[in-house]
Amino acid sequence: MSSVIIVILVTLGTLFVLLSAIGLVRMPDTYMRISVNTKAATLGVGLILVGTAVFFNDLSTTSRSLVIILFVFLTAPVSAHLIGRASYFMGVKMWRGSVIDDLRGKYQKNSHILKSEIDDTPGDNIDHTRNDDIVK
Amino acid sequence: MTLTDYLYYIILPILAFSVLLIVYRFIKGPSIADKIIALDVLITTGIGIIGVYSIIHGRSTFLDTAMILALIAFLSTVAFSYYLEKRNRKK
Repeated sequence: MSSVIIVILVTLGTLFVLLSAIGLVRMPDTYMRISVNTKAATLGVGLILVGTAVFFNDLSTTSRSLVIILFVFLTAPVSAHLIGRASYFMGVKMWRGSVIDDLRGKYQKNSHILKSEIDDTPGDNIDHTRNDDIVK
Repeated sequence: MTLTDYLYYIILPILAFSVLLIVYRFIKGPSIADKIIALDVLITTGIGIIGVYSIIHGRSTFLDTAMILALIAFLSTVAFSYYLEKRNRKK
């Protein structure tokens, strides 16, 4: 009975990890890649570790895998936010099909301070214009 | 087909194939942010592979390694993004 549960959990986790790898290759934009991998890979690894906890059926192993799941779930959004912020400041171009950029003109280029109103002074903005020669 | 055979002959090849896809993005990646994301996801996939191996071999000691890998992944991502952001900032 527990073998069936392990098979279901591990198969679902592996499918999510595979989907995140495919998304990492197929997505056209750095920001979309960050979004895909934060959600799918974290969920897949969490499911595989829950399967490990079900297999061993032991207090020490269960607490160990729960600690790993908690740590991964806590740190994945933080690291995704940091990478997204750094790549926005580096001026990584968006996909040409992207419709909206909520932060346009709000981050200051030199001081990295976030303002709440749009400031269109040209020397102070980071260039994110969509170009067609972006590497897919 | 036992659980060990299923994990060994079906699950592990799928995980290895996804590692290959991630390494492709790690080598190709247009900007350095893509490479850092690929490194992060590579270590996360490695945690999953370690979990599957600990089921196959029946040893729960491997999970300690997975915990240390999770710590190192977070630390390296934070350090890389901190220095990337600091590189572009002008006082």
